[in-house]
Amino acid sequence: MSMSEQGASGPGATVETLLSVRGLSVFFKTRAGETQVASDVSFDLRRGERVGLVGESGCGKTVTGLSILGLLPRGAARAAGEVRFGGHDLLAAPERHLNRVRGRAISMIFQEPMSALDPVFTIGRQLSETIRSHFDVSTREAQERGIAALDAVGIPLPRQRYFEYPHQLSGGMRQRAMIAIATVCHPDVLIADEATTALDVTIQAQIIDLLIRLSDENGMAILFISHDLGVIAEACHRLVTMYAGQVVEDAPLDDALVRPRHPYTAGLLASMPTRQKGARRLTSIPGRVPSPADMPDGCRFAMRCTHAQPDCRRAAVALVTTGPAALARCRRAHELTLAGVAA
Amino acid sequence: MSGNARFLWRRLSQFLPVILLATIVVFGLVQLIPGDPAVTLAGEFATKERIEEVRRLYGLDRPLMVQYGAWLWDALRGDLSQSLLSSKPVADLIIDRFPATLIVVVGAVLLSLAVGIPLGMAAATRARSRFDAAVMAFSSFGVALPSFWLAMVLVYWVALSWQLLPATGSVPFSSAPGDAIAHAILPAIALAAAGIAEVSRQVRSALIEVLASDYIRTLRAKGLRRWRILWQHGLKNIGVTLLTVVGLLINRLLGATVVIEAVFAIPGIGSLLVHAAINKDFAVVQGVVLVMVLIVICLNLIVDFLYAAIDPRVARG
Ligand SMILES: Nc1ncnc2c1ncn2[C@@H]1O[C@H](COP(=O)(O)OP(=O)(O)O)[C@@H](O)[C@H]1O
Ligand code: SF4
Ligand SMILES: [Mg+2]
Repeated sequence: MSMSEQGASGPGATVETLLSVRGLSVFFKTRAGETQVASDVSFDLRRGERVGLVGESGCGKTVTGLSILGLLPRGAARAAGEVRFGGHDLLAAPERHLNRVRGRAISMIFQEPMSALDPVFTIGRQLSETIRSHFDVSTREAQERGIAALDAVGIPLPRQRYFEYPHQLSGGMRQRAMIAIATVCHPDVLIADEATTALDVTIQAQIIDLLIRLSDENGMAILFISHDLGVIAEACHRLVTMYAGQVVEDAPLDDALVRPRHPYTAGLLASMPTRQKGARRLTSIPGRVPSPADMPDGCRFAMRCTHAQPDCRRAAVALVTTGPAALARCRRAHELTLAGVAA
Repeated sequence: MSGNARFLWRRLSQFLPVILLATIVVFGLVQLIPGDPAVTLAGEFATKERIEEVRRLYGLDRPLMVQYGAWLWDALRGDLSQSLLSSKPVADLIIDRFPATLIVVVGAVLLSLAVGIPLGMAAATRARSRFDAAVMAFSSFGVALPSFWLAMVLVYWVALSWQLLPATGSVPFSSAPGDAIAHAILPAIALAAAGIAEVSRQVRSALIEVLASDYIRTLRAKGLRRWRILWQHGLKNIGVTLLTVVGLLINRLLGATVVIEAVFAIPGIGSLLVHAAINKDFAVVQGVVLVMVLIVICLNLIVDFLYAAIDPRVARG
């Protein structure tokens, strides 16, 4: 399926906002004091919408995802701002409330299907305990729901797999089991953090298709976190680009693909492998993401930006509106015409 | 055959040779003890002729291999021969004395686990806090603490000064269970101090590693309650470590009872061994050591079987 087909069919602006991240900042305690790894991150997720959160490694995507469910490492990290969901601010909510949301209303899956499942419990046990911690059902009923969930994610012989241990499954099957556990309570939101990164290309495509199907069938919104824009382009309606702990662009996927408004998004697009040519374009953005400890004062992307002007380095850059539902954190967003990918 | 069955079969097939080797070692070691069983048997003031007569009578002049064979054959039928001093069957002596040792060792193991596991867990969940540092300091201290010293301190304060618990002796569990437990508490505490220290230290370090793993984050992301994550997933994942610690602990406790039974005047197999060794009662020494070694070997076999039950990946190895 082509990118443009996917992107066009996003939920309209009238669909209710499910999850709203507002001014999220994340700090880590380090020997040198506190470092800020996410700064004033804001974006929305509407019912059934698939939002891609993209950016190179270290840009703060994972900490953003973890903050939503209050899963940042205890003691070592602190989050400020708001995560609005179901009339509550999850950042301020007590653990008791978070435990009702986690796995039930908002689920999360991770990169490593190898290590993300408990090795000494059966797949079935890890499914049924999830169900039973959110619903008051019998073991029998939990087992039936668990087997149905394995079936729904396309695991063959679910009744047999239910009683097997993670090490008895292949990588792709394990990630399917992971998705079954995350979706068995039919959550409204799934946060998929690099969910396909560790898998080989064919399996990767299958898992993306599975996630799209589950999202379409159940109206489940997905926050699709990946450093790989190609993966997001396959699946999402909306693109949020993060750079050095900040959101630098937030736009409908199609618009962003055709005409990115931030040079960083354009750079990511240029280094994306394309189906048409069958090979990776050899452009990548020179330089590295600045470390949280010494962030530049001005535009954080300036030292790698081919469009940078002296003004860019002077003061922090604010998000500017670039379209009906589009934002970019670039002083020159309106004057630049950046190349996207040919549709 | 499934992976599990194959693993268990392999362990079982190693079991018999190990037992046989153990009997050879026990028999051989007792031969190395200085002293002559014939002299002991002949009693005080025996003449040289009398000693030689006794030696022939008990077959002590036969080649060692023959003596070993006869001893093993008898042992297989449950006959560990007679005490050279009291002429009572060694097997009966051990059976009489064993419950007193068992109640103290079991008590010490239960105490070590009941205190050590929660302590280690609490330290692991508050890693690098002041509480954690205190637990670790206690643990280093507890491991180094000689159990006989602690035993004497306990007897002096708890039993003699405050008269809270009986100081010495033991009561059969079958005749007065409450009293039997009261007698076992102090010796069990004396033995358990090192056990608590070891268990809490091992639980802490294993659990810190487990808690940092990805699957714990998955469990939190599913909305599992904290205590469930700790007591079900945490505990089972450190199960292999815990089993190893308990196995080593019991091995060590069996050795330590020898001293503890002396301090508390408990008529267990430890004090039986000490008494027999001092009086050169070779048959009893041989019998007690054999039983202790067999217990340790069986224990290790059970531990191996439990490994496979706890961790499904063990069977693959
Ligand atoms: N446990 C941690 N302690 C200290 N710094 C961390 C920790 N986890 C992540 N970071 C820092 O936070 C920043 C963002 O990390 P992350 O969210 O994992 O990035 P991404 O998912 O985009 O690759 C990085 O600079 C990383 O070094
Ligand atoms: S503000 Fe300037 S340096 Fe930053 S992205 Fe825009 S053009 Fe480049
Ligand atoms: Mg990440």
